[in-house]
Amino acid sequence: MNKKRKELIVSAINNGTVIDHIPTESVFQVIRILGLDKTKNQVYFGTNLDSKKYGLKGIIKISDTYFANEEINKIALVAPSATLIEIKDFEVVRKANVTIPDNIEKIVKCFNPNCITNKQEVPTRFSVIYDENGNLKLACHYCEKNTSKENLTFV
Amino acid sequence: MKNRSLVSINDYSKEEIIKILDLAEEFEKNPRQETLKGKVIASLFFEPSTRTRLSFESAVQQLSGSIIGFASADTSSVSKGESLKDTILTVSNYSDLIVMRHPVEGSARYASEVSPVPIINAGDGANQHPTQCLLDLYSIRKTQGTLDNLDITFVGDLKYGRTVHSLAIALCHFNTRFHLVSPVELKLPSAVKRHIKEAKLQYEQYTSLNEVIDASDIIYMTRIQRERFPDPLEYEKVKNVYNLNNSMLSGSKDNLRILHPLPRVNEISIDVDTNAKAYYFEQALNGVYVRQAILASILALK
Repeated sequence: MNKKRKELIVSAINNGTVIDHIPTESVFQVIRILGLDKTKNQVYFGTNLDSKKYGLKGIIKISDTYFANEEINKIALVAPSATLIEIKDFEVVRKANVTIPDNIEKIVKCFNPNCITNKQEVPTRFSVIYDENGNLKLACHYCEKNTSKENLTFV
Repeated sequence: MKNRSLVSINDYSKEEIIKILDLAEEFEKNPRQETLKGKVIASLFFEPSTRTRLSFESAVQQLSGSIIGFASADTSSVSKGESLKDTILTVSNYSDLIVMRHPVEGSARYASEVSPVPIINAGDGANQHPTQCLLDLYSIRKTQGTLDNLDITFVGDLKYGRTVHSLAIALCHFNTRFHLVSPVELKLPSAVKRHIKEAKLQYEQYTSLNEVIDASDIIYMTRIQRERFPDPLEYEKVKNVYNLNNSMLSGSKDNLRILHPLPRVNEISIDVDTNAKAYYFEQALNGVYVRQAILASILALK
């Protein structure tokens, strides 16, 4: 499937942001993390689209919206492969990859059931660390326990 | 340290730890002073604890400070459903510093973020207990003459034992060789081991206690705590695995001292109590001086 056909499946935007190469199962999480379910702007999305690189992928297009780096990096936990494309007057003005931030706030739950963030109304805060095998873990700012990637749940 | 909360032992640098221990040494020589005169210390124990609470209260009263607070959550507004934030904000109106024990992990860090007065964490669930850690370090230094290059053996519940976590992390400043004795189910968590590995220190894990006694400078025994086990069956399997008795100490080093955060159940036999290497009751007394030092340094009175 060539690039032109895909543009037809999820319609083009004249101004705004395209988030491409999202793992298809993460599209709805990305929508939630970025708060796109509450935006007043037009949002188009597609799931289970063919991708040469990944087999299947998802895509989201948001009109008239541009993201600050730290905001877009929030999606790196669920969509590390995502690419960000900014469009002005149908032209691509910027392309970037997402990078995993050093700190993650509010979007992920601490897996420790006895953590204050799971007991009272306290927003979560984590620093991103890597174990000796290079696996990503989130160290809770409050209970100091590590949440590994398999145990990630989103708020 | 002035006006800074003490939530986790990680909040103090090596130099700050040593400063507290030096100050505690001064208080040991002269524990009755008027250092805290005119200061009100709130002692909020959302979970009962005899030893830590009384040790803090004794530390404050010997320094002529006053104490307000509660000894269990059922006698406080928590039983009416008040949030921790509201309790802390209210109590901070009445006090210069809050000492707090709470069963929920991370509660002390959160309290320190909402409180206008400094917080001392006196235990938050299975997470941290920094004042116990400092008194453990004080006891080690006092009995060994140094904190550096020691063989320290931790025994028992290394998974849920918060005193073990805090102490192991703090000892990473001092080139310790760690010997970790526990049932497989209760091994030291990887989050704590990470500190040991990052400091590039040696550690070995054992399931049997006998083989490491003679190599140890300090044996830090812990109780297997029933209340920390999510599954009572898991507790039954491991509750009696370690029992240190006098005959096991026959080949041990002369400078060996046995520490225990107390309360003890059956992990140290009573026949050890009269052995000169038993140090757990003196250790508890050291807690008063160390807490005096922490209070005085946070309130910038020393």
